[in-house]
Amino acid sequence: MGKSCEIKLLGTAPSHFVNRVQFVLNLKSIEYEFIDENLNCKSELLLTSNPVHKKVPVLIHANKPPILESLIIIEYLDEVYHDIHPILPSDPLERAHNRFWANYIDTKYFPLFEELRRTPGIEGKKEVKKQLDEASELLEEVFVKSSNGKAYFGGDDVGYIDVVLGCFLAWIKFVEKLNKFKIFDEVRTPKLLEWTNRIWSHEALKDAICGSEALTNHYAMLQIKKP
Amino acid sequence: MEKVKLLGTWPNPFVQRVVWALKLKGIEYEIIYEDRANKSELLKYNPIYKNAPVLVHNDIPICDSLVILEYIDETWKDASPLLPQDPLLKANERFWAKYGDEQVLSAVYGYYRKQGKDQEEARETTLAHLKCVEQLLNENNFMSGERVGFLDLAFGWLADYSRPLEMVGGVKLLDEDSFPKLCAWRDNFLKIPSINGSWPDQENLIARFQKSKQSLFG
Repeated sequence: MGKSCEIKLLGTAPSHFVNRVQFVLNLKSIEYEFIDENLNCKSELLLTSNPVHKKVPVLIHANKPPILESLIIIEYLDEVYHDIHPILPSDPLERAHNRFWANYIDTKYFPLFEELRRTPGIEGKKEVKKQLDEASELLEEVFVKSSNGKAYFGGDDVGYIDVVLGCFLAWIKFVEKLNKFKIFDEVRTPKLLEWTNRIWSHEALKDAICGSEALTNHYAMLQIKKP
Repeated sequence: MEKVKLLGTWPNPFVQRVVWALKLKGIEYEIIYEDRANKSELLKYNPIYKNAPVLVHNDIPICDSLVILEYIDETWKDASPLLPQDPLLKANERFWAKYGDEQVLSAVYGYYRKQGKDQEEARETTLAHLKCVEQLLNENNFMSGERVGFLDLAFGWLADYSRPLEMVGGVKLLDEDSFPKLCAWRDNFLKIPSINGSWPDQENLIARFQKSKQSLFG
């Protein structure tokens, strides 16, 4: 991407929060410069852009003040580039439900995966897996209701929840392989399973997520730094 | 005729901000306060989180107070806009509102729940968070700019709960010398008729906080 890109995205490849912004930029065909951050040695730009949390992603648009937090960045992009592949629906009630479920996924669903990682022993992990299964079944219901028989949570096209959950799929596949179990399956979450195959092959997503080697390295780092 | 019902518990800063939003926009609504020990309607309309507030609009529930505020703003868009039009300013308000709920509110409540040495140790971090909020005010009367808006409602709990918390906790966080802008903002916020008209009774708050010092959400 050229140095004169209007949009700069500070991030790291294994972060699904960063990936979701990349997914949206790809969907809207927006060119951007990706600035790869080393989270063990954060750049001056990151530290001054996000002094409060010092986290990625950070979006800088035409040298204006930075925009922080992945969901806030997505809404910003959706408002500025509203004519190209809208991510959120226009109806206020549907928008509210999308925001609610995105928050649920971020604050309730994803933390279960972190809990799974940090729980030692098979019995402990089984308990967390039970909670994960319940949550996945809830998301199955959300998918059925949101999609209304169509391909994505957003209907015919990828929408907000598709982006939020879709970018985590690389990690889900990683966790499934590591633990030798399934998060989504034909019995409990048949529609979600179909959805994962569909979205996994979406061109705009493929470019946004990192390979399994980077995930493995990141996971190994987490095991050391936050056991 | 639109049917707007707000399910809440008392005292609850997340419910209060929705009340203020409805009042500012002049929306007619019915409020039902449920007891935390007996909250059948809340459980029915918010089975995921089982808490307040829940806005029920024409029998459809919307949960999560900041989601509700945006819903109100987008549905009743002609009266008293809460969020600015500019996407960058909007993103900024959303960021600080989230920071307020995740960091500041828990720091302040946590501070008042603690005692002795624990409380002393928490003071510096709590004050640092409040300094960030002080800086939001710049030259304006309100956090959202010249008029009250989304961010003021999100931080409204600081305006109406700070004095009762100080009374019950016996220690001040918002002193006028360290936080001149926040203290002035607190007074300006209270002067707005819609806000003032639904100000939680301070004596009742003090009594409630006294009664349940360890669980300040009542």
